[in-house]
Amino acid sequence: MFVFQTLALATVFWFGWTLFHNTLSNMESRGISTGFGFLDETSGFGIIMSLIPYDSTMTYGRTFFVGLLNTLLVSAMGVVAATIIGFVVGVARLSSNWLIAKLALVYIETIRNIPLLLQIFFWYFAVLQTLPSPRQSLDVADMFFLSNRGLYFPTASAEPGFGWVMAALIVGVAAAVFVHRWAKKRQFRTGQLFPALRVGAVLILALPLLMFVLVGRPLVWEMPSLTGFNFTGGASILPELAALWIALSLYTASFIAEIVRSGILAVNRGQTEAASALGLRSSFTLRLVVIPQAMRVIIPPLTSQYLNLVKNSSLATAIAYPDLVSVFMGTTLNQTGQAVEVVAITMAVYLTISLIISGLMNIYNRAVALQER
Amino acid sequence: MSLPSELPPRQDIGVIGWVRKNLFSTWYNIVLTLVAAYLVITSAGPLLNWVILEATFTGESASDCSGEGACWLFIGQRLNFFIYGFYPDALQWRVDIMFGLLAVAFVPQFIERFPRRKWFGIFGLTGLPLIGYILIPGGWFGLEEVQSSRWGGLMLTLILAYVGILAALPIGTILALGRRSDMPIIRGMCVVFIEVWRAVPLITVLFMASVMLPLFLPDGVNFEKLMRALIGITLWQSAYMAEVVRGGLQAIPKGQYEAASALGLGYWRKTGLVVLPQALTLVIPGIVNTFISLFKDTTLVLIIGLFDILGAVQSTITDPAWRNVTTEGYVFVAFCFWIFCFGMSRYSQNLERKLDTGHKS
Repeated sequence: MFVFQTLALATVFWFGWTLFHNTLSNMESRGISTGFGFLDETSGFGIIMSLIPYDSTMTYGRTFFVGLLNTLLVSAMGVVAATIIGFVVGVARLSSNWLIAKLALVYIETIRNIPLLLQIFFWYFAVLQTLPSPRQSLDVADMFFLSNRGLYFPTASAEPGFGWVMAALIVGVAAAVFVHRWAKKRQFRTGQLFPALRVGAVLILALPLLMFVLVGRPLVWEMPSLTGFNFTGGASILPELAALWIALSLYTASFIAEIVRSGILAVNRGQTEAASALGLRSSFTLRLVVIPQAMRVIIPPLTSQYLNLVKNSSLATAIAYPDLVSVFMGTTLNQTGQAVEVVAITMAVYLTISLIISGLMNIYNRAVALQER
Repeated sequence: MSLPSELPPRQDIGVIGWVRKNLFSTWYNIVLTLVAAYLVITSAGPLLNWVILEATFTGESASDCSGEGACWLFIGQRLNFFIYGFYPDALQWRVDIMFGLLAVAFVPQFIERFPRRKWFGIFGLTGLPLIGYILIPGGWFGLEEVQSSRWGGLMLTLILAYVGILAALPIGTILALGRRSDMPIIRGMCVVFIEVWRAVPLITVLFMASVMLPLFLPDGVNFEKLMRALIGITLWQSAYMAEVVRGGLQAIPKGQYEAASALGLGYWRKTGLVVLPQALTLVIPGIVNTFISLFKDTTLVLIIGLFDILGAVQSTITDPAWRNVTTEGYVFVAFCFWIFCFGMSRYSQNLERKLDTGHKS
C-alpha cells in the first residue's frame, strides 16, 4: 500500500513538473513574462458598468475588482429573485388548484430543459434588444424608462437630517427585537400569544416614516431625462445585466421549485396530523411544524443551486456583461497574454466562493441536523 | 334492514364536482383560477397565431416570409447547416449512419419489453463510438477526410456531449473509488481533483483548455480546437461523474463488501465483480441526469468559437437577407434541446422508480 501511494505521488509530481517545465519553455519562446507584475500596469480599456470608480487609466488589478464586484452583484440579485420565484412556483406546484399546479409544472419542465445560454440569448437579443430606442422608450409616470439601452429609474440622495430617519430605523429594529423577546417570554410563562411579528413590522416601518415626515422629507429625487440619444441622471440597469439576471433567476428558480416541492413532500403526513390533533391552527402548523422540517431537506440542495447560479453567472461573457470572466479572463487576458496567472486567479476566486458557501452550509447543517438518541 | 345506498350529491361528482373541488374550492382559489385562466387565454391566441396560423412554412426565399407570424421557412432553408455544420453535402450519409445507429442503440432503452435491449445499450457505449471515430473524421479505409473545423450544428453538440460523458465515466469511476480508498494520499489527491473542478464554471475550464493547454504541451504537439474543448469538458465532467458514482458506492450495503471479503476476493476482484456492477446499475439515473446537464452545457463551446447547434443558429440569424428571425432561431434550438432533455429525464425518472427497491441502505 505504501509503495502504491508513493508511486502515485511520484507520477503526479512528474506530471506536474513536466507541465511546469513545458509551460516555462513555451512562454519563454513566445516572449511572455511570468509573475503578477502586470496587475500594476495601466489597462487602457473602458468597462461599461462598474460599482467602483473606474476608467481606462487605472490598472489591470482594478479591472479584477470591477469584474469581481459585477459577478457578485448579478449573483446576489439572482439568488434573491430565484429564491422568491422558486419558492412560489414550488408551492404552486403542490397547490390544490389544478390550473395553478399545471401551470407551475409547465414552467418547470420547459425552463429547466432548455440551455441557460440560449435563455440568456433569448432575453438579450430577442426581447431586450428589440425594445424601442430611448426616444420612444416606454415610461411609467415619467419616472421609469424602459428602452433598448436599459431600464432607467430615479435615484434619491440624502440631505442633512436624513441621519435622524436612519436613527429611527435602528430604534425601530431594536424595539421590534425587544417586543419579540418579551412576547416569547410571556408565552413561555402564561401561554398567551402576542402578535409580535405584526407589531414588529409596524415598528420597523412606521418609526422611520414618521421621522421622515417630521424632519421635512430630507430626500432629493433625481429623475432620468432624455438628452440627445440617451438618458442622463438617475440610475439604470443595463440590458446586459437585465438579460442575465432574468435568465439566471428563471432558470435557477425552476430547479429550486423542484427542491422546495420535494422538501415539503418529505415532511411526514403524521406530523401535520399530529399538529392538528394538538389543536394548532393551520398557519401555525405550517410555520412551526412543516417549514422547519422541510427546510432541513431543502437547504443542502438549495445551497448547491446557489453555487450553480454563481458559476453560471460567468455566461455573462456571451452577451458582454462585464463580469469577472468577461473582463478579467477576457479582455485583460487578451491584452496582457498572461494566460496562466489570469486563469489561476479566476479559478481561485470561484474556488474561494464555493468553499465559503459550502462551509457556511456545513455549519448550518450541523445546527439543524436531527438530534437523534 | 338496510336502506338502498344513495348516489352522492350531484355537485360532488362528475365534471361539476371536479371543477368545484380542483378550481373553485375557496375564495382565493376562485380568484387564482380566474386570473390564471385569463392570462392563459389571452396569451394562447396570439401565440397560436404566431406559431401556426399566420406563420410561413413553405416558400423559396426570404421574401416569402411576409406574414405577421413566424418564419419557419428560415429554419427549413438552413436546416442542413443547423444539423451538419460545414460537413460536405456529399459525405453527410456518414453522419446519417451515426444518427441511425444512435437511435438503434438507445430507442430500445425506452421500450420495456424490447428483447435483449441491454446489448443494444452496451453497443451504444462501445461499438458506436468506435464506428463514429472511424466514420465521422474519415481518413481511414479510403474514406475522405473531413477536418474537425468543418463539423458543426446538432452533430457537434451530440459529439461533444457523448464523448464527454463516455470519457468521463471511467475516469469518474476511478476517482470515486479513490475518494473512498483507505490510502490517505490517494484519497487526498482525488478529493482535491474533484472539488477543484466542481468549483469552477465550465466556461473557465473551456478558456483554460483553449488558452492554456497549448502552453502545457511540449513543442510540436498541438491539438485542434475541438480536441482541446473535449479535453476540458472531460476533465470537468469526470469530477461530477465521480460524485455520482460515489453516491452509488455508498448505497451498496456493507454486507456486500463483507461477504465478498469473506469469499476471499481481493480488492480489485471485490470491486470489479461485486461492488461496481451493483453501484453502476444503481446510478444509471444519476448518469442520465449528468448527461442532461452536460448536454445543455455543451452550448458554451460557442464562446470559444465552435459552431454547435446554438452557435450555428446564432451565426445565421443576423443574416440581413432575412427579416428579423431571431426568435424563430432560438425557438428551434430550444425545441431541439427540450425534446432530448425531456425525453431523457422521463427515462431516468422511470428507471429510478424501477430501481427503487424500497430498502435503501
